[in-house]
Amino acid sequence: MVLTVEDKRPVNLDLTTIKLPLPGFASIIHRVTGFAIFLALPILLWVLDQSLMNEGSFDALQETLNGFLVKLILFAILAGLIFHLVAGVKHLLMDAGIGETLEGARRGAGITIVLSGLLILIAGAWLWLPM
Amino acid sequence: MVTNVTNLGRSGLSDWMMQRITAVVLGAYFIMMLGFFACHPQLSYEQWHSFMGNTAVRIASLISFLAVAGHAWVGLWTISTDYFKPTGIRFLFQAACGLALMVYFVWGVQILWGF
Repeated sequence: MVLTVEDKRPVNLDLTTIKLPLPGFASIIHRVTGFAIFLALPILLWVLDQSLMNEGSFDALQETLNGFLVKLILFAILAGLIFHLVAGVKHLLMDAGIGETLEGARRGAGITIVLSGLLILIAGAWLWLPM
Repeated sequence: MVTNVTNLGRSGLSDWMMQRITAVVLGAYFIMMLGFFACHPQLSYEQWHSFMGNTAVRIASLISFLAVAGHAWVGLWTISTDYFKPTGIRFLFQAACGLALMVYFVWGVQILWGF
């Protein structure tokens, strides 16, 4: 069966002119971070492998991870994980019926962005500030 | 009910459920690892080795690796159906993702029991 839709409303698919609402923004970042984490999996597995192989590889890994660029990549992965986790918790809450109204969705997206931003800052401090 | 040969589960509902359950598993694992790192700011190889070699931690890691494969599969599948309309391209993308996830899982198992 072929469905034809008689729709005379204007269609705008030009992404550069679409102003995404906050929940939409949180949603696309959730997706992008998810895909990025998938791409980063081999890096994480390599790090895990090197950290466990033996004491020599553990020390060498620590040296490598202290390099500025490598640390930046690690930070980016960590930031992606943090946002994806926080946005995921929001998703589960919405599945449970919490914050499903338009206002609730906006507030949830706002909380997700602020909270994950805060946690990402803490992660950055943890990586770069001496302890 | 609409079923599609490129679905992993028999229904969208089971995919949806799998994504939620694996999400909870991964969230718990992430927080466990974070807690461990927070408790060991000056982590030594000895501490790390004995922690990851603990049977309970190995089991948690294995379950989490499985969860990653399942969770990522549902997410990647969703992405493929949103952005790739031609069946051939969609199939190739899904096949590449599925293969990568299987490779990562086997690699992960080898790391877990290889030290």
